[in-house]
Amino acid sequence: MSRTPLDTVEHAAATPDVELPWAELGLKKDEYERVVEILGRRPTGAELAMYSVMWSEHCSYKSSKVHLRQFGEKAPESDALLVGIGENAGVVDVGQGYAVTFKVESHNHPSYVEPYQGAATGVGGIVRDIIAMGARPVAVVDPLRFGAADHPDTKRVLPGVVAGIGGYGNCLGLPNIGGEVVFDACYQGNPLVNAGAIGVMRHEDIHLAKASGAGNQVILYGARTGGDGIGGASILASETFDDAKPSKRPAVQVGDPFQEKLLIECTLEAFREKLVVGIQDLGAAGLSCATSELASNGSGGMRVTLDDVPLRDSTLSPEEILMSESQERMCAVVEPGKVDRFLEICAKWDVIATVIGEVTDGDRLEIFWHGGKIVDVDPRTVAHDGPVYERPYARPDWQDVLQADDAGKLPRPATGEELKDQVLRLVGSPNQASKKWITSQYDHFVQGNTVLAQPEDSGMIRIDEESGLGVAIATDGNGRYAKLDPYTGAQLALAEAYRNVATTGARPLAVSDCLNFGSPEDSAVMWQFAEAVRGLADGCRQLGTPVTGGNVSLYNQTGEAAIHPTPVVAVLGVIDDVARRTPVAFQEEGQLLYLLGDTREEFGGSAWSQVVHDHLGGMPPKVDLERERLLAEILISASRDGMIDSAHDLSDGGLVQAVVESALLGGKGARLVVPDGLDAFTFLLSESAGRAVVAVPRSEEVRFNDMCGARGLPATRIGVVDGDAVEVQGEFTLSLAELRETHEQTIPSLLA
Amino acid sequence: MTARIGVVTFPGSLDDRDTQRAIRLAGAEPVALWHKDKDLKQVDAVVLPGGFSYGDYLRAGAISRFSPVMESVVEQARAGLPVLGICNGFQVLTEAHLLPGAMLGNDHLHFICRDQKLRVENAGTAWTGDYTAGQEIHIPLKNMDGRFVADTYTLDELEAEGRVVFRYLDVNPNGSLRDIAGITNEAGNVVGLMPHPEHAVEPLIGSGRTDGLPFFTSILKKLVTA
Repeated sequence: MSRTPLDTVEHAAATPDVELPWAELGLKKDEYERVVEILGRRPTGAELAMYSVMWSEHCSYKSSKVHLRQFGEKAPESDALLVGIGENAGVVDVGQGYAVTFKVESHNHPSYVEPYQGAATGVGGIVRDIIAMGARPVAVVDPLRFGAADHPDTKRVLPGVVAGIGGYGNCLGLPNIGGEVVFDACYQGNPLVNAGAIGVMRHEDIHLAKASGAGNQVILYGARTGGDGIGGASILASETFDDAKPSKRPAVQVGDPFQEKLLIECTLEAFREKLVVGIQDLGAAGLSCATSELASNGSGGMRVTLDDVPLRDSTLSPEEILMSESQERMCAVVEPGKVDRFLEICAKWDVIATVIGEVTDGDRLEIFWHGGKIVDVDPRTVAHDGPVYERPYARPDWQDVLQADDAGKLPRPATGEELKDQVLRLVGSPNQASKKWITSQYDHFVQGNTVLAQPEDSGMIRIDEESGLGVAIATDGNGRYAKLDPYTGAQLALAEAYRNVATTGARPLAVSDCLNFGSPEDSAVMWQFAEAVRGLADGCRQLGTPVTGGNVSLYNQTGEAAIHPTPVVAVLGVIDDVARRTPVAFQEEGQLLYLLGDTREEFGGSAWSQVVHDHLGGMPPKVDLERERLLAEILISASRDGMIDSAHDLSDGGLVQAVVESALLGGKGARLVVPDGLDAFTFLLSESAGRAVVAVPRSEEVRFNDMCGARGLPATRIGVVDGDAVEVQGEFTLSLAELRETHEQTIPSLLA
Repeated sequence: MTARIGVVTFPGSLDDRDTQRAIRLAGAEPVALWHKDKDLKQVDAVVLPGGFSYGDYLRAGAISRFSPVMESVVEQARAGLPVLGICNGFQVLTEAHLLPGAMLGNDHLHFICRDQKLRVENAGTAWTGDYTAGQEIHIPLKNMDGRFVADTYTLDELEAEGRVVFRYLDVNPNGSLRDIAGITNEAGNVVGLMPHPEHAVEPLIGSGRTDGLPFFTSILKKLVTA
């Protein structure tokens, strides 16, 4: 085996004319020139590897950064925010000395290539973000979007994704309490696999990703480093090695949930003993990211000996080691006197742990290999000073045409019989149908603190057994609305998640987001992105819920066809006593059904327009965030004071969908009367925002009405919980048996 | 006076803390046991909780059987120590030959999580005294490898000796032979089942029922009055 000389810093300085494959690694010419300018020489292969991954869209947010700044600039005053944007995950104060961290991330592209591992490692990555903040993970949620439900490829992707999420999350012992499953042809070839996680800690346990204190040791622990998830680094490898070696390494990482479970336990034990100064998980960009971020966020520099990294494959080049995205690894900074104890804890859990470097009092990140210095950089230039693009954006010409194609003009059902048929089609359509076949593959009982899980409006977890303090989380997004108007669509996603949290009785506190869009190089997509971010930032300011962090996923498109702009919003809420939570299911016959909020003729982007007419056009429902806030206050008060026994948010599918779900879950029917001033069709199927349907015990009716009246929230009595059918007086009756058959058979018959 | 009930933590155990909580709620004292430790700390009974003990990549429970703690558990169970194996714990008990039969992958090949209806067939074991025979209960079930199998001779023997402790009702969620959800040994001190009684001990949490609490009150009563 012959080998070219090691490309050290010295060698790079002496050989300025050596051509490096920067284009193959995804860098643009001007970006490469900027690296040369920063270093004052050509980069070494290892340095190029680091810059290329850290300056990628995924790691540097170079296209989205200029817009994302609004989340900080427009952030509302909030006493609840303990750690904001920029750390591994945001941290929120939920009272009684507890802090909660939560975040949503995407693993879209890998999940299309290899559904099981793509989705599994998505769960693994978000969970490591949570432990890196010092928290014990307590729940996961999974907002998922696939192509048409009856498309053959959906049957390949969906079962793999669901099995991957279950296979990984179930093995970690994390209850899966929420999320969404949406089908739309626009996600064909670009499924959206977003993964969210929540963690809980005491205030004093918050940890940050920074390396401080010269002499402190840098410990890499967890799985050995292998060749998985390397992507472009093998190009560099083939530059430095001229023999034949395995070159086509899998670009999708492979997960080992058992290893991750050990990582969680030993990390939390090290936290409990206060052994950790700074910590960072290894996700995208692996060691390149962990070392440069730890070093640049701390006060000193860092020296790393790459030879000490435990390897799964001894033929890996230094560039590959730096870029490897092998899963289940973390990096901790530990004071010298505490290293032995840290290593002991790792040994207790059979986790491999190795000192690979130390914090220095300089300001350089230096990495050594076989005695030679192969990296010598200012870590800030790698981690934070990546390129920032002001991508051109412009409202596309077709937007006006789309908005002018009013869904209100679509033919409506003419008779009660026709209305009944359309309702039944809707309840059995893939998007509105029961997702039990999917969610029953996830453990939602483990840890013994799950108060609510899907199909409830929000997932809810008890965090203190004595006081009953709990947190709730809901994720929502509607790409159809956002396509019609990205600004409004983003606010509707926020409003729905906010409402879902309040419907269960919890007070919304903070927001995380996962922004899924097409190519930023398309000015129309960039406009959608800019509008959605602006809408979300404005909405969060108005509702008083700051964005604590999140994730951007671009390039979700096949050829010229981008996905619908899909901002997915997660809202976190707190409830003082989980015993006061409000479920979706009808509890008792005879209770009165009230519709809260205003119903208008709003059908643009609706489930009805999609299922019955295969139509997408017009304007999405109007957003009124002040109304959302009032509705939330009423729902929270009513739940706290025992005025309602069940509640369900109204969103896609409208009132009838909500009533059918509450009835099927409770095993009790409903008799509905169309209120004055509304026709049956609009009453049942409009998707006006800012609404919920609640069941009020008769003994509470006066008190409940007085409260809504005094605070100015329209509350209309629309019927009663009764019988074993959903009856709309003068229109139709559908038995619960028929509704259940229709609602529950769709997904298994398509996918099982 | 109360009883001390040990809960083994294997590295991949998931429901160990939940089981400790259930023991506490029943009025007994939970004692944490570690898989690398042979010492059972003189507990009065042991629970092997659910989870994926060592990752279960080979076969559920196949490696745990050889752990130091299991040497002591097997030895003392044979001498009469009450042992309950839940889900992965049941798998470990069959691998350790404290209970007959084996667990295969669910017949539908998916992980399944549901609130499962069961019939109590035997209320005479150390862990089921607070139930009555024939009682119908709901206990959450969640597993990938829950299909109980044994040869016909063993199955007939289990039936004849009344050692089938729980049977699935309405739905057989995994293809278990003769709808068997849980069994006991000849002496009645070792019980294994796939459903998770520790997830049904508080009215607000999980399935919202408390049908699982009698497991833990049964053993407490037996130990305290013994």
